Amino acid sequence: MLGEGILKGMAETAKNFAGSFVSAERLTTVEYPEQRIPTAENARVFPILLYDGGDWEAGLRCVACQICEKECPPKCIYIEKSKDKKPDYVGKAQFYPTRFDIDISVCMSCQICVEVCPFEAIKMDTQFELATDDRFGGLLLDRHELAKSNEYYHSIHPTEATEVDARLAEEKAKVEAKAKAAAEAAAAKAAAPPTAPKPAEGGD
Amino acid sequence: MSAVETKSEREEGWNRPPVIEPGGEGELLEVAMGPHHPSTHGVFRMDVALDGERVIRLKPVFGYLHRNHEKIAEGAAYLASMPYTDRLDYFCSLTNNWAYALAVEKLVGQEVPERAEYIRVILAELTRIQNHASTIGFLLQEMGASGTPLMYAFREREKILDLFESLTGSRMMCNYMRFGGCRVDVSVSWLDATRKVVSGLPAFADEFEALLSSNEILMARCQGIGVLKPELAVNASVSGPMLRGSGVNYDIRKVDRYGVYDRFKFRVPLGDHGDIYDRYMVRVLEMRESIRILEQALKDIPPGPIMDPKSKIRGFRPKPGEAYGRIEAPKGELGFYLISDGGPNPYRYRVRPPSLINLTVLEDMCLGHNVADVVLIFGSVDIVLGEVDR
Repeated sequence: MLGEGILKGMAETAKNFAGSFVSAERLTTVEYPEQRIPTAENARVFPILLYDGGDWEAGLRCVACQICEKECPPKCIYIEKSKDKKPDYVGKAQFYPTRFDIDISVCMSCQICVEVCPFEAIKMDTQFELATDDRFGGLLLDRHELAKSNEYYHSIHPTEATEVDARLAEEKAKVEAKAKAAAEAAAAKAAAPPTAPKPAEGGD
Repeated sequence: MSAVETKSEREEGWNRPPVIEPGGEGELLEVAMGPHHPSTHGVFRMDVALDGERVIRLKPVFGYLHRNHEKIAEGAAYLASMPYTDRLDYFCSLTNNWAYALAVEKLVGQEVPERAEYIRVILAELTRIQNHASTIGFLLQEMGASGTPLMYAFREREKILDLFESLTGSRMMCNYMRFGGCRVDVSVSWLDATRKVVSGLPAFADEFEALLSSNEILMARCQGIGVLKPELAVNASVSGPMLRGSGVNYDIRKVDRYGVYDRFKFRVPLGDHGDIYDRYMVRVLEMRESIRILEQALKDIPPGPIMDPKSKIRGFRPKPGEAYGRIEAPKGELGFYLISDGGPNPYRYRVRPPSLINLTVLEDMCLGHNVADVVLIFGSVDIVLGEVDR
């Protein structure tokens, strides 16, 4: 019969229309600014720099090794290395970035900087409401704007952050054990002139 | 062909004699459909010569979305091209990732762990389902069913994209596969969520078919329109649902059996007439076959590592040589051809995009049909301009 297919289709539409009043399964949209769908735990938007402790500048994990700058596909990271060194989380003296800018108008959120970073310093944020009326300055984030605390990282990616913390703690314990062993060896070698414990080795 | 044509090229295009003889007495009307025509899925131009409503000549003009993908990749490290492949066919970023990873794995002779192969199959088939669903939605949109079928397709696509987001971190630009495996492992909860989505997909396919397959308007607009002969399809190296819609049994999942596709039972749907309706039907049936593959893959996924332990992210330098990796992407044969000279970046990087090559037979399919049918025939090719122009 002509029109049978159309009637069948209209019945499907009517079923869905009526169903949207009773079944949450069929009601698939939300009223955005008031209601929000929670972001997935793995979601990634733009990079952030992590710091430990209360002071963002002193606790910054980045050691300005510039690997992410080299590996970044669209080359949106700009780093300037410091002349002096400051101690990192295991106490080893390291360089730090005097300038660390990410141009998020160029960044394509690919996460390669996170994968190549050996210091767990750069991670991805989940904040996506970043509209600004300043096309150039407003989208070029400097290291202060990028710095986020480890607690913030725990709040956005809890599982991943716990793993990272465990990995860092393990590394730190290893370095400390090594330093202790070195100190003990130095103490045991009482006959030899006393030497200071060897500085811990970690990273390159 | 580039967006900026030379004068002689343009004249050749315009002044070419009509491919079929005009029947009427009036003058020919030459229309540039696009590059901003709403039906062109992006920026694409068709120079059409019309005799009344009949198309008697059609010249596709590509290149408006050219982004220099291949040249950028030749200047970048191998891994740095992976996120760029997401942006080729932005509906199916995971299959693009797979094709590129496959080419590089062939180049360096890397093995992929079994679990990673299963994850790749699951993600590729989910991609195929959401691509075919939205293609059909767009086709119906162009037919004048403004919105309803597309919304049904997008409702289902949304569930699949949510799975992608919770696994890879991004809904469309996944950047998930790596040379020798995958970036992160799937969790038990993710597999359960996927099983739940997959168990709902057959009902979606039934609903979609009830809504569309026997619809008289769809049948009247699609049957016998835009016929592509199997000989021409093979000669023009058309691939994917377009080729199978013309009745040629050629599916790279069956022919090459890359990955672990030899372990799954599935059929290859074939069309009979090569018209728009056959292409539509092949896509619907392929969705059903993909659901079968997904059910099998989700049942048998083995535990184990997801990365080849020999693979490294930094300092990746393959030995000199060349490789061509190809997969059955949702739109057709997607291939990456790489030549390495031993350096950190490829000496030559070439993409074989299914969208572009399927588009080359557009004129042959459109000749003699009305302008309104051109829009439909173009929609049934299933292209993404990001891949056509690269």
